[in-house]
Amino acid sequence: MTAKVKYEEVEVGQELPARTYPVHRIDLVKYAGASGDFNPIHWNESFARSVGLPDVIAHGMYTMAQGGRFVTDWVGDPGAILEYGVRFSSMVVVPDEGGAEIKITGVVEDKLDDNAVVVALTARSAGEKVLTRAKATVRLA
Amino acid sequence: MALNRDFIGRTFPPSEPYEVTRVKIKEFADAIGDPNPVYRDREAAKAAGHPDVIAPPTFPIVISLGGASLTDPELGLNFAMVVHGEERFEYTRPLRAGDVVTCESAIAGIRAIGRNERLDIQTVVTTVEGEHICTAYNAIVERGA
Repeated sequence: MTAKVKYEEVEVGQELPARTYPVHRIDLVKYAGASGDFNPIHWNESFARSVGLPDVIAHGMYTMAQGGRFVTDWVGDPGAILEYGVRFSSMVVVPDEGGAEIKITGVVEDKLDDNAVVVALTARSAGEKVLTRAKATVRLA
Repeated sequence: MALNRDFIGRTFPPSEPYEVTRVKIKEFADAIGDPNPVYRDREAAKAAGHPDVIAPPTFPIVISLGGASLTDPELGLNFAMVVHGEERFEYTRPLRAGDVVTCESAIAGIRAIGRNERLDIQTVVTTVEGEHICTAYNAIVERGA
């Protein structure tokens, strides 16, 4: 595989460039269709409110996918990901008007054997941490 | 509502074989808004060292959501109150177009967290030839009323 980032050029504590990904209702409808997760809390506002949510919320896996994209764009090859895990700590609330934003930052947390590094991610939306314990282990060049 | 603890440790037979197609990978990549050509263009994927287009790292959720294991009414899961708690994948390699895979799920645990119920599911994704693709660790939370 062809990771574009070289292991020896990466240091623990190094920050990855922050990225902000917009999310609108239409994205959640597309994600529902593509993933097969048609839970109405992700596309039906009145249903979401009826079960105690503030509004429609994004699929957790949609947010996780943005974190995945953040890492694969940095490393250059999605095949370089060895492990990727997150905890969904808060909801990404997606209003009908204007949608929402997911801001992702990352830092190299550890260097392992065999050219692998651990990247720790944070993801925020409307000021809330929406992912915690988000880590990807990737094999660099 | 309390989930049925009898389901702890239960394993489920392998799912029907699922064929990963280029069209489905593209649909998924479009849905997550990721324009990476290795998800769409065979030549770009080959240039990156893959035999065909590969799927994004979170694509296995399409086939590893637990499926039949969660819809058994005996389990007592109320989907309207379900949110995703945690997800983790350990990869041997990315899924790619042409793979035919099955999933084997097991309920690793059920426990109460305050008024909520947490359900842990482990799913192993392998090709029909027996090659391990990834193992997914999934925790869902049924919010208490």
